[in-house]
Amino acid sequence: MARIGVFVCWCGENIGRTVDCPKVAAEAAEFPGVVHSVDYKYMCSDPGQGLVKEAIREKKLTGVVVAACSPRMHESTFRRACAEAGLNPFLCEMANIREHCSWVHEDRGEATAKAVQLVRVMVEKVKRNEALFPIKVPVTKRALVIGGGIAGIQAALDIANGGKKVVLVEKEPSIGGHMAQLSETFPTLDCSQCILTPRMVEAATHPNITLHTYAEVESVSGFIGNFDVKIRLKARSVDIKKCTGCGLCAQKCPQKKIPSEFDEGLGMRTAIYTPFAQAVPNKPVIDRAHCTKFLNGKCGICQKICPVGAVDYTQEDTFIEEKVGAIVVATGYRLYDFRNGEKDYGIEGYGEYGYGQYKDVIDGLQFERLASASGPTGGEILRPSDGKPPEKVVFIKCVGSRDCAKGLSYCSKICCMYIAKHAMLYKHKVHHGTAYVFYMDIRAGGKSYDEFVRRAIEEDGAVYIRGRVSRIYKRGGKLVVVGADTLLGGTGGGRVEIEADLVVLATAMRPQYGIEALAQKLSISYDEYGFLSEAHPKLRPVETNTAGIFLAGACQGAKDIPEAVGQASGAAAKVLGLFSGDELEREPIVAHVNQSQCVGCFYCEQVCPYHAIEREEKRDKAGNLIARVAKVNAGLCQGCGACVATCRSNSIDLDGFSAEQVFSQIGGLK
Amino acid sequence: MATGYYPGCSLEGTAAEFDMSIRALAEALQLPLTEIEDWNCCGASAAHQTNHLLGLALPARTIALAAAQGMEEIVAPCAACSNRLIAAQAEWLDNSGLRGDIEHAIGMPLPAGRLPIRNCIEFLLPHIEKITAALRKPLTGKKVACYYGCLLVRPPKVVAFDDPENPVTMEKVAAATGAEAVDWGFRTECCGAAFAMSSTASVVRLCGRILDNARSEGAHMVIVACPLCHANLDMRQPKGMAMPIVYLSQLVGLAVGVAPKALGLGKHITPVAPALA
Repeated sequence: MARIGVFVCWCGENIGRTVDCPKVAAEAAEFPGVVHSVDYKYMCSDPGQGLVKEAIREKKLTGVVVAACSPRMHESTFRRACAEAGLNPFLCEMANIREHCSWVHEDRGEATAKAVQLVRVMVEKVKRNEALFPIKVPVTKRALVIGGGIAGIQAALDIANGGKKVVLVEKEPSIGGHMAQLSETFPTLDCSQCILTPRMVEAATHPNITLHTYAEVESVSGFIGNFDVKIRLKARSVDIKKCTGCGLCAQKCPQKKIPSEFDEGLGMRTAIYTPFAQAVPNKPVIDRAHCTKFLNGKCGICQKICPVGAVDYTQEDTFIEEKVGAIVVATGYRLYDFRNGEKDYGIEGYGEYGYGQYKDVIDGLQFERLASASGPTGGEILRPSDGKPPEKVVFIKCVGSRDCAKGLSYCSKICCMYIAKHAMLYKHKVHHGTAYVFYMDIRAGGKSYDEFVRRAIEEDGAVYIRGRVSRIYKRGGKLVVVGADTLLGGTGGGRVEIEADLVVLATAMRPQYGIEALAQKLSISYDEYGFLSEAHPKLRPVETNTAGIFLAGACQGAKDIPEAVGQASGAAAKVLGLFSGDELEREPIVAHVNQSQCVGCFYCEQVCPYHAIEREEKRDKAGNLIARVAKVNAGLCQGCGACVATCRSNSIDLDGFSAEQVFSQIGGLK
Repeated sequence: MATGYYPGCSLEGTAAEFDMSIRALAEALQLPLTEIEDWNCCGASAAHQTNHLLGLALPARTIALAAAQGMEEIVAPCAACSNRLIAAQAEWLDNSGLRGDIEHAIGMPLPAGRLPIRNCIEFLLPHIEKITAALRKPLTGKKVACYYGCLLVRPPKVVAFDDPENPVTMEKVAAATGAEAVDWGFRTECCGAAFAMSSTASVVRLCGRILDNARSEGAHMVIVACPLCHANLDMRQPKGMAMPIVYLSQLVGLAVGVAPKALGLGKHITPVAPALA
C-alpha cells in the first residue's frame, strides 16, 4: 500500500503570494494514498528538509512529493534529504508550482486549483515509482582541451597541475590565441605578451600536457568518462621533430606579400611562416594555398636551404585517436566582419561605415596590432593608408553589438574597456593627438574598471561623445565622421562632424567560425548567435547539458581575459572533481528494451541523438541466429525518450518515466 | 515582354528632359516602352498623408490599367512614382483585406500577382552590354558622382533595391558609358526634398554640402535619377558652384550618340555644356 507524503513550499512569497499553500496541503491530504501533507515557508531550508526526513521515518513513507520550484532547482536537494532518511531518492518527485504556476498566473483561486492538480498528478506518478540505483561508469582520467587561447591554456595548466593528463588541441600553428595579438591589457596596462608567453611555454613543456597545434577535432563519440576523440593533424609540411626553428626558410621564402592573419592584414608574411616571433611551438608551417611550390611546382627554396632537412612537401594530414574522460571547449571568439557583413547570420553590415573600402577604418584587433611592440609598425601608431601618425582618431563603440535592427542584440562587453585603453595608448604615443569616442553607454562594471575609464577621460583627455555615428565619408585625404551628440540639444540637434585620420570600430564579438559544426560533433547546444550554452546561466555556468563537457572563455559568451581565465579554472576544477574517483555515478534515467518483444526495426537507432542504441544478436543453443534486437547502452543514454515514442512495437520504456507512470499522471488530471 | 511606361506628372513638367531622354534612349537602345493609357497621378506625398485608401487607390489604378493593357512590368522613372507604386502594391499583397476596398474604389480588378515596378536605374541595369555595344561617344575622362537621394533605396524592406547605405547600381550603369564614377560620401544624403518651398535656405545648405563633397572628390557632374533631386540640386546651388546635374538617362543617351537637344540637355538651370567640353 502506498504511503505518500506531500510537502508544499511557500518559497517565501514566490509561491505563497499567489497560491494558497495551506489549502493545497489540506486538499492533498485527501488524495488516495497520501498519509501526510504539510506546508512550510522554506521547504529547502534545513528545518524544511527536516520535516521531510522526520515524516519519512515516522510515517514510514513510500514516496515523497515536494510541491515547490522546478526540479532543475531543487530536485537533487530533496532527493538527498530522502536518501539521508533512508528512502530511495528516486521515490521523491517535485511538483513545480512555482515556474509552472505561481510565477505565471495572477488569480489566486485559479492558481491554487492548478497547484492542487499538479500535486495530484505527481502523487499518481510517485505511487508507481520504483527504486532506482545510480549507474556506475569507469573514468578515463585524461582531459581534452579544445582551443589554445588563454582560456584553453589556463584550463590545461590547471588540470595538468592537478596531476591529470591533458591533450590540448589548437587549430592555428601556434597557441596563444587573440591574447597574443593584444598590446597592453586593461585595467592595469600589463603587456599582454609578457603575461601570456610564459604560460604558453609552460603549457608546451608541461609533462602532463600533450600539445597538438595545427590540429582540429575530427569526431567525438562516447560519453562522460569515456570519450573517444579523433584528431586531425593538418600537414605542416615541416617535420616538427627535425626543425630547430632557425627561421632561415621564412627569410628566404620568395612569397612575401601574404596578409598576415596575426597582424590582422596590416603586415605581411611569407608562405612558410611562424605566425609571430614568440610562437609556441616556434616551428613553421607551409601555407599551401600561397606556396609557389604547391601552386605550380617551381621553387622549393625552403627545402634546399633547411640545414636539417625538415621541410617535407609530401606530408599529408594524419589522424590520431585519444581516449579522454572530459572535454573542455575553449574555442574563443572572432570579431564581426564589418567589411563583408554576415548575410549567413542575417546581419547586414554597415554600409554607412564604408564596408571596409576605406583603409583607415579598422577594427579593434587591428588597432591592437598597431599599438603592439610586436606589430607591423613596431608599436608606433601609424595609419594604414599612408603610414603617417594620425592626429585625430575616432573610436566608435557598439558596431554590430546592441543593434537589433542590423546587428546583434547583445552587448559585446569588452569594448567599453578596450576602447578606453586604446584612447589611452594612443594619447601616450601621439601626445598632441585627440581621441574621440562615440558611445551609447559606458559599461565598466569590473574591479578597477570604471576608474580606468575615468583615467582615459580625465587624465588622458579622451573626448567622449554620447551618440551614434551615421556616416563616414572621405573628403580629401580625411575621413569625415558624422554623428550625433545626444547630450547636446539646441538647434543643431547635436550634430557632430569630425575630420578624422583614423577610425576604429569596436565590432561585435562573435563565436569562432565553425562553432556550430563543433557543437554538433560534441552534441552540445548553442544559442541563436552560436555561443555555446551553459547548463544553467547562474548555477552551472561552466557545464554543458552533455555530461563531461565543459566550457571556458568566449565560446560561451562575450568576456574579457579575467573572466575567461576564471571560467577556465572553474572548468578545470569540474574536470578534476570528475577525475577524483575511479567510477562515476550517473542518473539511472535510461531506456530499456523489452528484447522478447523487439521486432528489430531499429527506428530507435535512427532517432537516438546520443548513438546509445546498439544491435544485439540472439542465438539459439545451437548458435543459429534467431533475431537482431535493439539494446540501450546505459552509459550513453541520456533518457530523452525519443526511442520510446518511436518504437512501433511498444518495446522500449524509460526508467523513472515509464508509460504507466506518464499515463497515470494524465489520468490523475481532473 | 510588354513594358508599360509611366511618366507621372513631374516628367510632363519640371522634369520634361527626364521624359525626353528616357524615350530617346529607349529608342536608341531598341527597348520598346508603351505609355500606359489614361494613367493618373501617383498621389505623391499628398495622397497618403490625406487618406490611407486614397494613397493606395491612386497607384493601384495605374497598376490595374497597365495589367489590363497587357503590360508585364512598369518603368516609372520618377523616384516618388516608383516608390508609391511599389509601396502600395506591397501593402495590398501583404494585407489581402485591402484588396476589395481598393478594387471598389477604383472600379477595376487588381492583378493577382506582383507587377514589377522599375525605376530608371533598374530599367537600364539589365542592358549594360547593350549600352557598351552601342557606345558612340564614350565619356572617357569624365568623372561623375552618382547621387541616389532618399526615395530610390528607402524604405529598404519595401523597395528592396540595392544597398540602402552604400548603393552601387547607378555607378555600374554610369561606368558603362566610359565615365569614371567617383567614390564619395553623400550618395544617399537628403537634398531637402519639398522644403525647397518652405525653407529654401535649408535646401540650399543641404544641396551645398552634397555638391561640395562631389566637387572635392573630383566629380565633373552629378548624376541623378529623381526629378525632385534634380530640381533641388540644379536650382538650389550655392553661388559659384556651377555643378551640372544630369539624369542618368541623359548621360547614357549622350554616350550612345543621342543628340543633346533630344535629351533636353539645354533645359537645365545650371548649364551642362561646359562639363561636356
